[in-house]
Amino acid sequence: MPSFEIKTHDHDVLVIGAGGAGLRAAIEAADAGCSVGLVCKSLLGKAHTVMAEGGVAAAMGNVDDRDSWKVHFADTMRGGQYLNNPRMAELHAKEAPDRVRELEKWGAVFDRTSDGKILQRNFGGHRYPRLAHVGDRTGLEIIRTLQDHSVHKTPISVFMECTIVKLMKDGERVTGALGYYRELGRFVLFRAKSVVIATGGLGKAFSVTSNSWEYTGDGYSLAYHAGADLIDMEFVQFHPTGMVWPPSVRGILVTEGVRGEGGVLRNKDGKRFMFDDIPENYRNQTAKDEEEGWRYTQGDKNAMRPPELLTRDHVARCINREVKAGRGSPHGGVFLDIAWIKERIPGAEAHIKKKLPSMYHQFKELGGLDITKDRMEVGPTTHYTMGGIRVDGDTQMSTVSGLFAAGEAAAGLHGANRLGGNSLSDLLVFGKRAGEYAAKYARKNSQGAVDNNDVEATITWALSFMDAPGGDENPYKVQQDLQQMMQDNVGIVRVENEMQKAVDGLKGLWTRANKVQAPANREYNPGWHVCMDLTHLLTVSEAVARSAILRKESRGAQFRDDFPDKDPHFGKLNHVIRKGADGSMQLIAQPLVELRDDLKQVIEDMK
Amino acid sequence: MTTTLTTPSDAAAAEIARKEAHIETRSFKIWRGNAQGGGFKTFPATITHGMVVLDAVHQIQATQAGDLACRWNCKAGKCGSCSAEINGKPRLMCMTRMETLPAGEITIQPLKAFKPIRDLVTDVSWNYEVKKKIAPFAPKAPEADGTWRMQQYEVERVQEFRKCIECFLCQNVCHVLRDHGKHDSFAGPRFFIHAAQLEMHPLDTNNREAWLKYQGGIGFCNITKCCTEVCPEHIHITDNAIIPLKERVADQYYDPVVKLWRWVFKHKQVEPKV
Repeated sequence: MPSFEIKTHDHDVLVIGAGGAGLRAAIEAADAGCSVGLVCKSLLGKAHTVMAEGGVAAAMGNVDDRDSWKVHFADTMRGGQYLNNPRMAELHAKEAPDRVRELEKWGAVFDRTSDGKILQRNFGGHRYPRLAHVGDRTGLEIIRTLQDHSVHKTPISVFMECTIVKLMKDGERVTGALGYYRELGRFVLFRAKSVVIATGGLGKAFSVTSNSWEYTGDGYSLAYHAGADLIDMEFVQFHPTGMVWPPSVRGILVTEGVRGEGGVLRNKDGKRFMFDDIPENYRNQTAKDEEEGWRYTQGDKNAMRPPELLTRDHVARCINREVKAGRGSPHGGVFLDIAWIKERIPGAEAHIKKKLPSMYHQFKELGGLDITKDRMEVGPTTHYTMGGIRVDGDTQMSTVSGLFAAGEAAAGLHGANRLGGNSLSDLLVFGKRAGEYAAKYARKNSQGAVDNNDVEATITWALSFMDAPGGDENPYKVQQDLQQMMQDNVGIVRVENEMQKAVDGLKGLWTRANKVQAPANREYNPGWHVCMDLTHLLTVSEAVARSAILRKESRGAQFRDDFPDKDPHFGKLNHVIRKGADGSMQLIAQPLVELRDDLKQVIEDMK
Repeated sequence: MTTTLTTPSDAAAAEIARKEAHIETRSFKIWRGNAQGGGFKTFPATITHGMVVLDAVHQIQATQAGDLACRWNCKAGKCGSCSAEINGKPRLMCMTRMETLPAGEITIQPLKAFKPIRDLVTDVSWNYEVKKKIAPFAPKAPEADGTWRMQQYEVERVQEFRKCIECFLCQNVCHVLRDHGKHDSFAGPRFFIHAAQLEMHPLDTNNREAWLKYQGGIGFCNITKCCTEVCPEHIHITDNAIIPLKERVADQYYDPVVKLWRWVFKHKQVEPKV
């Protein structure tokens, strides 16, 4: 028996994270007859899914009936530069429409077409209008729908403001997790037959990010330390349009929907610089001139998309180039202009407010700017992690038995770059699958043992940060220094020696992280929480930096100044990260998941 | 491919530059304590152009009070986590720009209608319990193809209510909860909005009138519109949700013609489910 008292909860399935993926997994597992523990770091319904603005991608063909799963599949693979797990891209494209219609059955209220169907809008990298949306607050609609649907399901027990510190194992199997309630700092043990990780990404490893305090890479780190493989960790998406001014709002997202509705990017000379650099594999899908681009945004089926709607990796790099060449806006970004559409359509002001209400609101209140009249200033911001926990395409099980992952925490669907709108569909499709297969696993297996020594050691470690002897580091300062170092050295443009500097710098930060201390108060003490989060942040930062060094090419979200071109050698590989027997981080180059002939044909047909 | 850009006049540009370069120290009086009690503590913070109150709280946390408790997530007014009372007014800390506050000390305290947990964090769990008691969405049968048709004009009314970010500022400011503490017999504006979006949903078939009258306590609301005033999403809570719901309840339970009709034809009134 342990020498301490700890509250224990038993569930068939434990879901860590209650954003879209976690909620969807919990609903599925509960419907399969399992008892579900749903744990989240914040209050229910506050997860980063609320920040998804533009829409959810699903080839329903409501606006353009030429769309189909095949086109969506080919778009996703092209966007991911063919490093994607093709099975996941296939399942995603095939199942997303049903997942979206299911939300309608659960009460979601999407914008409508004139014949009363779900309206779909244009987005970067999607050949046809494909994003079901609600103005520019689609994420809120989705998380609230899932939340309201789940609260009436009695098999789901929700544990709010509870942070998981470590996964528990019995031999090779995951058997539960240890966490603490933020409220009173009490520890809690969850025992479960299977565990789903749905913890989102690692944006907080960078200083300019659209992510909140929660995104410290917990899921990746928990899985890695439990022996699971991570994959594609070099691919971090820098969203091209974050706010840049005032400084306190730097990084907050400006939806791609602005460009989908006709917004254009200009440099300080007023030039639409996106026309200057159109990648070869997108040339025949891109508008020849401004006129054609405008027609595309207004629904002309014969027009091609404007270059502002090229993939995010490309747009972010073009913005970066303009700024570096001295053609940027006053505060180090470029101009995003939606107000100009008044030259084209009557009632433009009302139209913008109707289509982009929260963008209007955000700039008005935080930037003191009216987007119906003035240009916005925007620049790249750390937004999304394509890499993550390596999972089986069908079941979402990781390389550790009983451990599943879904949404941003899992990897494979997006390859080297994610298309906008594919994350909301990802979390619905694979959240459901993770819940389904975690439930199946739970029914086949009994509850495994939890090692009390492990529990005790973890608690001792956690408490060691309070008034630690010799502890003289401020956790917030260590976190800020880490973020700045990653931003400066492993950001949007990467070079070997800078990244090596980051890897070396992480060693020093590990030493400092062992000396952080927080006031001795267990009640809702964010300083103490940051102390514990640092382990996750340091682990995932190392994974990102080292994978990025290993990939000596530029592809998708990874741009190497020292290797500016694609290299066919790396086009056949994913990078896997695994914790070695000696505790050190191992990097393994792994051949891609094989592309079936029929899927190969689909890609050919869609070229 | 160029367009004429308007450049500000020299005087205007100088004024912008002056504002952007301005730095000042301001004093924050923040409530610190827990369920057992507490009091105000004063902290200085360095304020630069464009900062919001939440930035100042973060600065104080990182440099002076590592364990200062506050909730926050999106920092863009979309998640409704950082609700607090700033200079006595219930607001989102992430959407309150320092420039909009009058000179002098700034007071920040937790929401009054809920019990404090620690510092600016309050126990809002009651809200999550209330929602569980409201009958869920139950759609009518779909069309032959398994989907539903709705027109944009039909959905706009409920889309307004679905903008709610659950910041609970409306709950906090409502005197029925704040001053009279009727949490056991009154659901509050947030859940009238929730009930309204379900009741007015073009596809919904459930009836929540009995809940509104008996458990939700909608009759306690005397339409002072305080909730509408503090809503950061600018939802017309009183006019568009509460008043129409009150009318439905009145029609169902208090209309003399309907009462007579029922008496004559022995129609049953919707009874409360307790």
